[in-house]
Amino acid sequence: MVTISSEPLSAPLNVGFDYTRSLGPVLGRFATGLRGHTIAGVRGSDGRVLVPPAEYDPVTAEKLTEFVDVGTEGVVQTWSWNAQPLDGQPLSHAFAWALVKLDGADTGLLHAVDAGSPDKMSTGMRVRVRWAAEPVGSIRDIECFEPLDAEPVERQPVVGDDVTMLTTPIHLRYDHTASPEESRYLRGLAEGKLLGQRCPACDKVYIPPRGSCPTDGVPTEDEVELPDHGVVTTFCVVNVPFLGQRIKPPYVAAYILLDGADIPFLHLVLGCDAAEVRMGMRVRAQWRPRDQWGTTLENIDHFEPSGEPDAPYESYAQHL
Amino acid sequence: MGAQLAAVIGTGQTNHTAKRQDVSMAGLCREAIDRAMADAGTDWSDIDAVVLGKAPDLFEGVMMPELFLADALGATGKPLLRVHTAGSVGGSTGNVAASLVQSGVHRRVLAVAFEKQSESNAMWALSIMPPFHMPVGAGAGGYFAPHVRSYIRRSGAPNHIGAIVAAKDRRNGALNPYAHLKQPDITVESVQASPMLWDPIRYDETCPSSDGAAAVVIADEQTAKGRPAAWIHATAMRTEPTTFAGRDQVSPQAGKDAAAALWKQAGIKDPVSEVDVAEIYVPFSWFEPMWLENLGFTEEGQGWKFTEAGETAIGGRLPVNPSGGVLSSNPIGASGLLRYAEAAMQVLGRAGEHQVDGARVAVGHAYGGGSQYFSLWVVGSERPGAR
Amino acid sequence: MSEVAVVGFAQAPNVRRTPGTTNGVEMLVPVFHRLFAETGLSKQDIGFWCSGSSDYLAGRAFSFIAAVDAIGAFPPIMESHVEMDAAWALYEAWVKIRTGEAETALVYGFGKSSAGELRRIMAMQMDPYLVTPLWPDSVGVAGLQARLGIEQGLWTEADMAEVAAASRRAALSNPDAQLSGETTAEELLKQPYLADPLRAHDCAPITDGAAAIILASGDKARELSERPAWITGFEHRVDTPMLGARDLTTSPSTIAAAKAAGVDGVQVAELHAPFTHQDILLRQALGLGEEVRVNPSGGVLAGHPMFAAGLIRIGAAAAEIRAGRADKALAHATSGPLLQQNLVCVLEGR
Repeated sequence: MVTISSEPLSAPLNVGFDYTRSLGPVLGRFATGLRGHTIAGVRGSDGRVLVPPAEYDPVTAEKLTEFVDVGTEGVVQTWSWNAQPLDGQPLSHAFAWALVKLDGADTGLLHAVDAGSPDKMSTGMRVRVRWAAEPVGSIRDIECFEPLDAEPVERQPVVGDDVTMLTTPIHLRYDHTASPEESRYLRGLAEGKLLGQRCPACDKVYIPPRGSCPTDGVPTEDEVELPDHGVVTTFCVVNVPFLGQRIKPPYVAAYILLDGADIPFLHLVLGCDAAEVRMGMRVRAQWRPRDQWGTTLENIDHFEPSGEPDAPYESYAQHL
Repeated sequence: MGAQLAAVIGTGQTNHTAKRQDVSMAGLCREAIDRAMADAGTDWSDIDAVVLGKAPDLFEGVMMPELFLADALGATGKPLLRVHTAGSVGGSTGNVAASLVQSGVHRRVLAVAFEKQSESNAMWALSIMPPFHMPVGAGAGGYFAPHVRSYIRRSGAPNHIGAIVAAKDRRNGALNPYAHLKQPDITVESVQASPMLWDPIRYDETCPSSDGAAAVVIADEQTAKGRPAAWIHATAMRTEPTTFAGRDQVSPQAGKDAAAALWKQAGIKDPVSEVDVAEIYVPFSWFEPMWLENLGFTEEGQGWKFTEAGETAIGGRLPVNPSGGVLSSNPIGASGLLRYAEAAMQVLGRAGEHQVDGARVAVGHAYGGGSQYFSLWVVGSERPGAR
Repeated sequence: MSEVAVVGFAQAPNVRRTPGTTNGVEMLVPVFHRLFAETGLSKQDIGFWCSGSSDYLAGRAFSFIAAVDAIGAFPPIMESHVEMDAAWALYEAWVKIRTGEAETALVYGFGKSSAGELRRIMAMQMDPYLVTPLWPDSVGVAGLQARLGIEQGLWTEADMAEVAAASRRAALSNPDAQLSGETTAEELLKQPYLADPLRAHDCAPITDGAAAIILASGDKARELSERPAWITGFEHRVDTPMLGARDLTTSPSTIAAAKAAGVDGVQVAELHAPFTHQDILLRQALGLGEEVRVNPSGGVLAGHPMFAAGLIRIGAAAAEIRAGRADKALAHATSGPLLQQNLVCVLEGR
């Protein structure tokens, strides 16, 4: 939907990936232990038992290797109440964040305590681990901690090969905003127009227009409507498939310099064999059906050869 | 007034490979750091500050990873800086670390750069397309291939030049025990027979995705004198916008300006005869001739002839990337610091099987973004001015 | 060795949400223009540029690259970037000037905190193996630190509310502030908890913003400013990332940085304390007495543009010197969970 307004356009931008983390010997041992319902710490140079274990000493930076198993009960050192949990947190109902010093450990472990309400929480209270239903070798094998008077939940440890990898899904949501100049251009596209702007300092015509001319540091201003035809300055043929790709290879990604513009933009060239695409080829936009138009350059499905004679190299050489 | 002298007294790097699943990020960094510290003969109490370089945080999915790595980097209780200048970051990390010594602020600084590409997928991270845009992007290869085509058109270079570079760098990589790709039997013909990925760039002309780290110890004159040292003769950094009307994307002005400043600072008048070896950031084979021209080693349009004549091979007039370069190992954020470290190793005479005989002056180079960030340094076996 | 001074400072209005892009261009262009107008310099006069920002704040790799457009960076510039608060970019620039390679530097920071879910994004700064998988939000984690101090008698909820009230009062004279007003601790304490023991007023607001500072050396600084704010101490340190393994009721890295920078006799301090209890914690760690004016700008509780906020503390402290309201000022910047990394910049007028 296009909203007719002078406000800059915005749209959701979701950035998500399941990261694959290799753990190395120290974190791997901790993860393997968790899956089997044991908690490993490591002894630091100052004699403290660090939980979770550190790979390198916080005082001397030396590699740490002396593992010490600690208890699965401990004491709350401090806490805060999380009334409205966010995505991905250990519990979906209200809980306390706490630093829990496990029996035998000298440092606090950050985790959730499922206490029901803040008046059930106090510094110094004792808590125990509630294990996750399906341990995989992760800090999340500890589902949370719970007060000792809670009804214990029976959960089974898992024994198997050492844990060496951890998958951490990271999914973040953003609101992506176009600049005012770009928004004007995008609204133009929704009407089938290619609107560039001229920089008041260097007189160059930019499409898309810019919030700041990259060479002059001032916004581009005077609107210039550009035709939907121009020249291929240079290009490549993308043969390689990759994660997140939205156009099926092979395809020609080309820099198109519209007639009257001073800067090319990247687009697709179809309508001929990829091997026939060449520098200097004249091309014309093939628009999608009007009912599919939005505020995007994707309204132009692709460019295809116009059949005109090629532009001489000198005419676009300064745009390479 | 003016900068104080600084020198590299130790370098270290990991065994680079596609997936270093035997270590965490901390362990990866420490492999390089521990080797650099041993090479320099220093211990933690000698280090005044740490500079970490890394390419985008999205690659590892950690926001400002230097924070969680502080203990592993030996930075706790010390100053810690995190540099990020796109692909040139490894070089910038070296330059920033050098400036901490040259300014007289610190005496000994540890510079570290890493990338653990196997935590995610760089093609994905680099091709995240914000709303409203045409989703044509296809990673770094898709970005640079059109500009390679422009170079070929502009210079009239024959098609096999890229293959010459690829075959040379991969064979060099086979001499480097740390290299990710070691292909002693690769030939120009086999490169030319490899699949075309982003026409005109072929598979064998493309850098690998690597996990790896690099570290260097940079020291002041008092520390470095009387011991093996790679003296820093010059550093330079330049930036220009990604796109602007009339931008030369084949030989960007920022690269030319950085090189001109570098040669001036180093007192070098004729780079090709005064520099003994160059470690240049060549992630796609064609960038060797392109950067030879951009850096002023050859005239414009002549870089490919220098490459074709074999002058950039070990034993040539200007060996380029005897380590195998980025084409043999590409832990992105570390790749620039690897170029810097390899340049230092050459003038220290510690490059092992890929040592260039008699190397006394070496260049390290890195670039990033859309060929818009440039970092350079010149190191020498003698103090600046002693030549 | 060059003497280096702050000779210019400008910031964008601190606002809950700008309609601008995450690359900060719309905020930076007017900031640069104001700075150039103030100093009479133009972009060609700047010897070195350095910026601070975060890709995760923007949600995309290399987000800082587009910000370079705001400069008009052609012919090419000598430039660098830190993935940190721009206070550390200023540090890099200060080092650069001291090498003699540049006489002037322009340092900028920007952040559009409103673009994403800031409380979740900040969890990305924690240990990616052991902590981030739990997605601990920044406010909840700060509550852990606040309670430790409360229960150890180092501060009270009333003390914390008084910090918030003082911030809002001070911000009345700061035209760029996001939150300001006449209020009292008593009023604020009537509000419900956001994350017990923290209330909304205990937490810096979510702010979009940008700022820039011009540095100059020696005679150049004297030429550009009647009363430059000379940097006489500039230090930063980092603490262990293991929250459970450090004393969260103090800040060893702040103490070490301050000791090295030489903060005795400061008359005014701008502290980067995103939570009220951290303001008190920092005063205690720095040993600031009653005689020291703290956060005349209102501090970050009145507006907290991520990745520019630390730089703004230095700009605000320098403004105190340059206006002749102080002869020695302290600026502090922080980064990382619960004050993990801290920077102290001491500025003096002559």
